[in-house]
Amino acid sequence: MTEFDPDAVIAAMAPLLDLPLEGADAAVVATHLRIARAMAATVAAVPLSDEAEPLPVFRP
Amino acid sequence: MSLLDRPATAIAAAVRSGEARAADIAEAALARIAAANPGLGAFTDVTAGRARAAAARVDAAVAQGRDPGPLAGVPFAAKNLFDIAGLVTRAGSRIERDKPPAPRDATLVARLEAAGALCLGALNMGEYAYDFTGENAHDGPSRNPHDPGRMSGGSSGGSGTAVAAGMVALSLGSDTNGSIRVPAAFCGLFGLKPTFGGLSRAGCFPFVASLDHVGPLARSAADLAAAVDAMAGPDPADPACRTDTPAPLTPELPRGIDGLRIATLGGYFAERAEAGALAAVAQVAVALNAGRAEFPLAEAARAAAYLVTMAEGGALHLPRLRTRAADFDPEVRDRLIAGAMLPAPWVAQAQKLRRAARDAALALLAEHDILLAPATPCAAPRSGQKTLTLGGQEVLLRPNIGLFTQPISCIGLPVVAVPVWPDAGGLPFGVQIIAAPHREDLALRVAWHLERSGLARAPVAPAPA
Repeated sequence: MTEFDPDAVIAAMAPLLDLPLEGADAAVVATHLRIARAMAATVAAVPLSDEAEPLPVFRP
Repeated sequence: MSLLDRPATAIAAAVRSGEARAADIAEAALARIAAANPGLGAFTDVTAGRARAAAARVDAAVAQGRDPGPLAGVPFAAKNLFDIAGLVTRAGSRIERDKPPAPRDATLVARLEAAGALCLGALNMGEYAYDFTGENAHDGPSRNPHDPGRMSGGSSGGSGTAVAAGMVALSLGSDTNGSIRVPAAFCGLFGLKPTFGGLSRAGCFPFVASLDHVGPLARSAADLAAAVDAMAGPDPADPACRTDTPAPLTPELPRGIDGLRIATLGGYFAERAEAGALAAVAQVAVALNAGRAEFPLAEAARAAAYLVTMAEGGALHLPRLRTRAADFDPEVRDRLIAGAMLPAPWVAQAQKLRRAARDAALALLAEHDILLAPATPCAAPRSGQKTLTLGGQEVLLRPNIGLFTQPISCIGLPVVAVPVWPDAGGLPFGVQIIAAPHREDLALRVAWHLERSGLARAPVAPAPA
């Protein structure tokens, strides 16, 4: 994995989302991004074919 | 024993037969709420006038020989993300209470009342349902009646507290990642998360469209079946709701476990749980003569649900995060902000994974009618607790309470959480009874059997001295 700097992600994404971060705790946001990155790695570790379709409307 | 301490079906039977008056039950419930709620924080709104009016209609029907409904006189309440006409739908937030009162009831509230049940009010919850603790930054915590120093679980915390304290016999909750099953487990109750689309979500404040479920919590398996029987059916106002009316569940219960192939999920579900959680599952497995099974995609399914929730939750609340950030519970706000920032490929891959996980689970459920798993990795944590030790590692509490519920709601399977008390005098644990899509009947038959055997039980907690 490449090096991950959650603070840089937050700094880049906030203006893209037009999301002022006054009052938010950037350190906590960063912690949640780190957790999400680990979750994404867990998902990515499962091999899925290009034909594997998502479930845009979920039907169990 | 007060009739209030009896199951909903027993209350309804007494009212329908004329042994008890709905008006007296309404007054008893209001008195218990007045006495217990200040210490337990279950209710955010009490609808005394509405409950009394409904009770009068029920008693009049009985007096005139008309059918008062299958849930006649049963006191219930709903998580405050369900619309209740005349109340502001808070969804656990400060922000939503600036809105006008709901003009009409959520579908499930209306259907329970139409079945003769008495609506006592709205229940405390974690802000915007993004919570497993039952704590609320604005309204205070909903506490665990079996130990008020501990969490009720969330996000349907008040729904657990109110039923476990005997304030009502039945409550409505929502479950996006475990929010019915977690409070059922911590508060020692039966809880049903139906198949995705099994019950209408119309009139409920949303969270994650493809993961949101709604359902009942109660003190018996038969009460869950009776509640679903009263609430099920198509509803064009919820695009995910099934379009047919399912067969009643209640007549199926006495079939018990006859002919059912039952297995305990190992692997992921046995690795990161406290001893009590595993002991509860083991006791149930022995009682059901269960075999073993593996769901290899469980951890990935949980991760997929986690990402979809963060992203959809962040997207849903982005306008409020821009303008009302200071009015959020900080614990919820910062997770939603992170969710809004997730890369789209992560979310797309998570949605693909859900299909693969669903297909794997359906293959497993072709071989087994029922799968067993712990509901939570631990018993109710202490109020304010921030971390948890699992598998020898200290981890954050909030993101990890749903370890075992999330893989199942990720793929929309029906689950009944049953309360088991592995240590005499100790706290309850929940065991998930999982079935194939739209086979709530099978999960409820197993829950009913476990209750009849005495292994699963949901007593009203003693009132504090």
